[in-house]
Amino acid sequence: MPSVSRAALAIAGKDIAIEWRTKTAIISGLVFAILVLAILYFSRDPTAVSDLDIAPGTLWVTFTFAAMLGLNRAFLLERERRAMDGLLLTPAPRSAIFWGKFLGNLVFVGTIEAVSLPLFVLFYNVPVWNRLPQLILVIAMATIAFVAVGTLLSAMVVRTRHAELMLPLLLLPFLVPPLVGGVQLTASLLNNRPLSEVWGWLKLIGAFDIAFVTVAALLFEVILDE
Amino acid sequence: MLSLVLLAGIYVRALVFTPIEATQGAAQKIFYLHVPAAICTELAFGICGLVSIAYLWLKDRRMDMFASSSAEVGVAFGTIILTTGPIWGKPIWGTWWSWDARLTSTLFLFLLFVGYMVLRGVVTDPDLRARFSAVIGIMGLVLIPFIHLTVYLFRTLHPMPIVLKPSAPSLPAVMLVTLLLSFGVFVLLYVGFVMQRYALAILRDVRDEEAANAA
Repeated sequence: MPSVSRAALAIAGKDIAIEWRTKTAIISGLVFAILVLAILYFSRDPTAVSDLDIAPGTLWVTFTFAAMLGLNRAFLLERERRAMDGLLLTPAPRSAIFWGKFLGNLVFVGTIEAVSLPLFVLFYNVPVWNRLPQLILVIAMATIAFVAVGTLLSAMVVRTRHAELMLPLLLLPFLVPPLVGGVQLTASLLNNRPLSEVWGWLKLIGAFDIAFVTVAALLFEVILDE
Repeated sequence: MLSLVLLAGIYVRALVFTPIEATQGAAQKIFYLHVPAAICTELAFGICGLVSIAYLWLKDRRMDMFASSSAEVGVAFGTIILTTGPIWGKPIWGTWWSWDARLTSTLFLFLLFVGYMVLRGVVTDPDLRARFSAVIGIMGLVLIPFIHLTVYLFRTLHPMPIVLKPSAPSLPAVMLVTLLLSFGVFVLLYVGFVMQRYALAILRDVRDEEAANAA
């Protein structure tokens, strides 16, 4: 097992190092997230709908789109010059590739979220400070769900024609439970309602995390199989 | 074929021999089409998922063909739900569509399996296609319970289950019989369609192999 975690860390480290040097994907991801936040602000009648009403949805739509952008990138990286074959030839166990990519994606998506959350607070003027830890917990849980499903699916679609088109098509239906849950929980947190009221959603996302991280890890080897 | 005749029979029973529901009037008749189609769609997607697991286990190409046939029939039934639903919804709820959790989740499940069919179209290698679609089939299977959970958590306009619930069914016996008959017919229809579709897939496979041998 230690060899799996070590290899996974190495793969995640490699992806993060590539990203750190080029910064193309992370910067475009961030700019994209800011654009979505800004555009969605104008997607309502400001005299009828308050900022606070539209805020939770905006936040999660932004996260979803930004995550999708990042997830597409993870395996496109390996497709260039057939780097995936090289990765498969290393003695690293197959599962390490999944965990490595999973971690790398978590860092990538997490970074985008960490930068867009303060901007979200700024743009929408939401009273977030007293509930910040809970909000971060919700975001972290939903992000794990996004990334687990996304890592598996992006490994798959990268080997099809129209990879960039296929990922949203296949991924979005899976994001419905964490997305709806995230929006409900965020709305409740921002309105300072008790967490007990939306406890079910938290459990739902937690169960989703457990189920889909397991399923994705198990099915990943099926996809790689040559 | 038999199932098509029975389908006609069910319409007669639903339209003529089952009493008209007190508050909803004649519009409630669509229930006998909508609900069995809905159950069969879930059945079709569920079977697709289970057969996908079997495929990954046994690596038998026929399993893959069976799973894809089931998914395709599921998409067809899904189209029935998503068209009869609004027709029923308009007179009863006063709206064609409501963003209620169950409508939304059915739509997403339907779209997921449309995605499954699209995925089968963009992967050329048959072995890869079989494995990829099996993965989606299995993940769809895991997704179904989560989608159902969202139903209970989201505020909902859609009626709660009235037959498959812990207490006794709250449907009058005559209506229940019609519903069950209709359900039986839909299952037959499902089996019939899948058999057709599966036979077609086998034939296509044989043809592809012959073409490969000839080349």
